[in-house]
Amino acid sequence: MLPGDFGQAILGQAALPETVAAFRQELGLDKPAYIRYFDWALGAIQGDLGTSFSGRNASGADRSAEVVDKIAPRLWNTLFLASMAALIAVPLSLILGILTALYRNSFFDRSVNTATLTTISFPEFFVAYILILFFASLNQIFPSLANVDPDTNFGERIYRTALPAFTLTLVIVAHMMRMTRAAIINLLASPYIQMAKLSGASQTEIILKHALPNAWAPIATVIAFNLAYLVVGVVVVEVVFVYPGVGQLMVDAVRTRDIPVVQGCALIFAVTYILLNLIADIIGIVTNPRLLHPK
Amino acid sequence: MKNKKENTTLLQIKDLKIEGFSDERWHKIIKGVNLELKRGEVLGLIGESGAGKSTLGLAAMGYTQPGCRITGGQINFDGVDLTKRTDSEKRKYWGNRMTYVAQSAAASFNPAHRLINQTTESTIRAGLKKPNEAFDEARSLYDALNLPNPETIGERYPHQVSGGQLQRIMTAMAMSPNPDLIVFDEPTTALDVTTQVEVLAAMRDIVKTYGTAAIYITHDLSVVAQMADRIKVLRYGEEVEEAMTRKMLKSPKEDYTKSLWSVRSIQKPEKKNADIILEVKNVDAFYGSFHVLKNINIKLPLGRTVALVGESGSGKSTVARVITGLLEPKIGSVKFKNRELPPSLKGRTKDQLQKIQMIYQMADVAMNPKQTVYDIISRPASFFAGLTGANLRKRVVELLEQIDLDERFIDRYPSELSGGQKQRICIARALAANPEVVICDEVTSALDQIVQEGILKLLGRLQKDLNLSYIFITHDIATVKAISDEVVVMNEGEVVEQGLKSEIFSPPHPEYTELLLSSVPEMDPDWLTDLLKARNY
Repeated sequence: MLPGDFGQAILGQAALPETVAAFRQELGLDKPAYIRYFDWALGAIQGDLGTSFSGRNASGADRSAEVVDKIAPRLWNTLFLASMAALIAVPLSLILGILTALYRNSFFDRSVNTATLTTISFPEFFVAYILILFFASLNQIFPSLANVDPDTNFGERIYRTALPAFTLTLVIVAHMMRMTRAAIINLLASPYIQMAKLSGASQTEIILKHALPNAWAPIATVIAFNLAYLVVGVVVVEVVFVYPGVGQLMVDAVRTRDIPVVQGCALIFAVTYILLNLIADIIGIVTNPRLLHPK
Repeated sequence: MKNKKENTTLLQIKDLKIEGFSDERWHKIIKGVNLELKRGEVLGLIGESGAGKSTLGLAAMGYTQPGCRITGGQINFDGVDLTKRTDSEKRKYWGNRMTYVAQSAAASFNPAHRLINQTTESTIRAGLKKPNEAFDEARSLYDALNLPNPETIGERYPHQVSGGQLQRIMTAMAMSPNPDLIVFDEPTTALDVTTQVEVLAAMRDIVKTYGTAAIYITHDLSVVAQMADRIKVLRYGEEVEEAMTRKMLKSPKEDYTKSLWSVRSIQKPEKKNADIILEVKNVDAFYGSFHVLKNINIKLPLGRTVALVGESGSGKSTVARVITGLLEPKIGSVKFKNRELPPSLKGRTKDQLQKIQMIYQMADVAMNPKQTVYDIISRPASFFAGLTGANLRKRVVELLEQIDLDERFIDRYPSELSGGQKQRICIARALAANPEVVICDEVTSALDQIVQEGILKLLGRLQKDLNLSYIFITHDIATVKAISDEVVVMNEGEVVEQGLKSEIFSPPHPEYTELLLSSVPEMDPDWLTDLLKARNY
């Protein structure tokens, strides 16, 4: 369990126990955990994620904000970065996966595998700093800081988030590309692939028309998994590029024991994860005639 | 239709040698085979598994499977030596002038595409017809092949039609480009006899109508007798002999060919009247809401063999599952020596479990590949008889000798055994428990005819020596004749007929038994023609 609460964190070690107790009562922290949880859950169902603790202090001044208002701009930033990374990474890994399956065990296949495995093996912050070194310091192509605010226009946003997006791309491409390759190669031993060869189909046609349509389910699952990571797991990259995303917000909220914000972030992460996996399952069903067209 | 000149040579294979890579070295699969095929002619290739017939069939198309290579000889197709052509050059022939019909249609259709698109794929790719023409032609081929709803069946996916229908659609796929040569690779092996008749008739018909040359690969003599003009026998990658079909059937020259011919001649005199050791009484069973068994009554006399015959899906194996307690019947019971057995496996005592043992169709997957022969056989011997140490080893050796193997096999793994040896080990494992009833579920179906004969003789001898009672599940009528005393005919979860073998096999038959028996191919090359005439096709 997380030690301490918002009262202790804001009032400091010198505070009198009575002051802390009074402050807790004001915030509702004196109630038992399960009651607080049900209060929160009841609100959450109705779309009310509660009020952030931060902005309050013991003197009774209340400049606190709604959790929704705190999270919304951050979530928009996170989704923007995630979409950018996904728009680069997903097509790239699909194409690389298909090409490596087509030219399997060739020099091309091996170099792509080695390269993607290398980038996934380094920690994200290291990849981020290397990119900063080459694309921001040595050659000043992109900015090293991705500080955006609601007034930043669209083009500027893309320009500033380029480096974090590249970093995330390098981190997730290996997983998706190797799964695409493996799912396709796995099918190449099927009798219907031999049948396709004997009916005169070329290698490209065999991969694209005969193997790939049967490989979507595992590929979609891995893509969903990585997209979820782009939303919920990018705090390190956000910190390196000082990017105002949900990940940083959540870390800050944990540090100050601002529990309503933590809960709000956790809820969003959970929803993201479930939604993406649901989509992957739907893709799995839609691409499988056995499930789509029952006997 | 293309103009096809009769009596000119279409395919000529000269001294072909093919090697395959396994166990870290190259093995010879085809050792210098010659083959000649005229336009419009059907050649039957016959032999046991491992004879190289599929490899030769594929080689006729200039194709070798991954891990195989052509090391010598020529494949001249219409004047072009395919061994000297690259894959992309050969692709112009594949699916255009030569097509292939695979053994397992269910696995050979792409599950992701509609049947009509797969039927016409190669025709459209080769630019032989426009898509709409090709679709129309495919629909008329479906019609010619007696498929139900020929107009719409092509809109379905492979999993939506039955195995026999898929096999016919694959024939339509092979015919669609109107090729010069079709290679049929065991196309009816996976089908039930009643379905096989229809598929054979459809294939023979269409090959004749279009005047297409064909290579028909099979291990079943009676099937090849219906299809081929000429038969070539292969063994260990070499030709044994070749002759016109009628001549070959009447007077085979080589001993090996004669041994192939003689397999189907085992007959067992039936024995009657004995005490009933096992009885299945009024059993109804379900898979979920699916009613698999409907009021089943079967009696097994002591020391006798009762054969359960029927097509796939008739509920034969489910009867075995009910007897062994793997599936609880909804109604009814199983009696062993007049005592009712608890319906489920869990409720049965060790003693009850010991008395009923099972042998399975796929010996390969019925054994743990990581266990030695000793581990496999000793486990039931120690579990049921409580043997340990030297006694246990002695018992295992004794069991190995009972199944005509010996102590040398004791430390081998299943992967180091042949198909027939694996099935023998499974028999020994069943015997290790000292059972009184043994259920054999299609135990010879996956084996070559000569190996089948060995296993059937072994089972017969063990029955005599140990006074075993067998329930023998099979779809093969020749096997039934070879081993059974009594026969139970099943269809769609019901018992059609039960009685002594001589009664079941002599007329008059109930309608279904008649259909089943008349569908079993015979060695007579006119059998199919006569049958179709009799059935008014």
